[in-house]
Amino acid sequence: MTPIISRGFRGRREGAPVGRVPPGQYVTRDFPVLSAGPTPHTSLERWDFTIDGEVDEPRRWTWEEFRALPAEDVTTDIHCVTKWSKLDTVWHGIRLDTLLEGIETSAEYTVAYSDGGYTTNVPLADLTGGKAWVAFSYDGEPLEPQHGGPARMLVPHLYFWKSAKWVRGLRLTAADEPGFWEVNGYHDYGDPWREQRYWGD
Amino acid sequence: MEGTTVLGRLTWQPAEVTGLVAETHRTKTIAFDVPGWAGHHAGQHVDVRLTAEDGYQAERSYSIASPPDGTRVELTVVRIADGEVSPYLTDDLQPGDQIELRGPIGGYFVWEPSLGGPLLLVAGGSGVAPLMAMIRLRAAAGSDVSSRLLLSSRGWDDIIYREELERLNGNGLTVVHTLTMSQPPGWTGYARRVDAEMLAEVSPGPAERPLVYICGPTPFVEAAAQALVDLGHEPQAIKTERFGPTGS
Repeated sequence: MTPIISRGFRGRREGAPVGRVPPGQYVTRDFPVLSAGPTPHTSLERWDFTIDGEVDEPRRWTWEEFRALPAEDVTTDIHCVTKWSKLDTVWHGIRLDTLLEGIETSAEYTVAYSDGGYTTNVPLADLTGGKAWVAFSYDGEPLEPQHGGPARMLVPHLYFWKSAKWVRGLRLTAADEPGFWEVNGYHDYGDPWREQRYWGD
Repeated sequence: MEGTTVLGRLTWQPAEVTGLVAETHRTKTIAFDVPGWAGHHAGQHVDVRLTAEDGYQAERSYSIASPPDGTRVELTVVRIADGEVSPYLTDDLQPGDQIELRGPIGGYFVWEPSLGGPLLLVAGGSGVAPLMAMIRLRAAAGSDVSSRLLLSSRGWDDIIYREELERLNGNGLTVVHTLTMSQPPGWTGYARRVDAEMLAEVSPGPAERPLVYICGPTPFVEAAAQALVDLGHEPQAIKTERFGPTGS
């Protein structure tokens, strides 16, 4: 359908560099919060991170063990399906490559699972090769609970609901298993550059 | 109801403005006729797209305030002074104008009478919009599900849908207002931000296992949801929808 022109509408056209903002997105300087329920609060003593599913032996880290792994700074743009994009966000976290190192699996998919019951599915290939992290710091500070602390996934090349907040583990799966938003109308893969917001996009 | 709400591709559809109602000095309800609209569930939202003459486009999401009703879709829009899209919607749109919508979107923050209750609806400001769709659906369906709405507004004149809520109050629906910034003379209701004590007074107890829907600005939703968890409500029974602080 040819777009309908809104007479007199100009828009704000904030000066994002060309090619930085995917179609349908606008740049915000705030950091909006989106969650489907109450914010969980898990103490670091009780926190752990597990990789399980299609693996010989599940792998588990306590918070202390997790924080002893090599971590790195990540500066990246993030894109929320609700239309905001935030440029040059600064995170600190551990590459999924580091967590998956030495794990042998036939799995091609993953499901990240979180405190509060949230899940989201991501192909395994989208988590490796320096494209994804488990982040525990934002802008130089410990990650706040409402933004997913103590730790969240950071998969910035996909819409931000794929970056599970309050993440506690990653299940490696042979088949693609749609997660929380993916069964509630949102796209299975979620590439912002192809505007894969909803089912059928 | 999970997984049943969006089937096939959501295409952009022309939507013609059929009416505009000023709800408060900065909030307007815009009614659209969307030919071929496939219907929606109370609580869902739509994406709105505006296109400038040179092809520039801006998209935003708005909750649907109206219950399922043929091809009619109502959005309640707060005018954000420095916003990109909302001032155009509230100030420039006239009856007969067309914009583009796609939806409905979201299969989680939804209610219909078959889900039962009791219902606890907690809203901050224009967060009442998707909850109003539930209240209107409940009334239209003749449902007697026990329902409570706690609506936080700045002042008496900032209450969105005030007169309609007065009419709908009763028949198992209890509407409770709190006015956080200013109160009219003789006001005896709540006059503070929503807190645990207020929620305890207004809400069914955890033993009644209410279905809870909270919508509003992020700090409002965070505080209300946390207070309800602290009061013993199941986190899984609390559904939230948050907006802001992004200007749109």
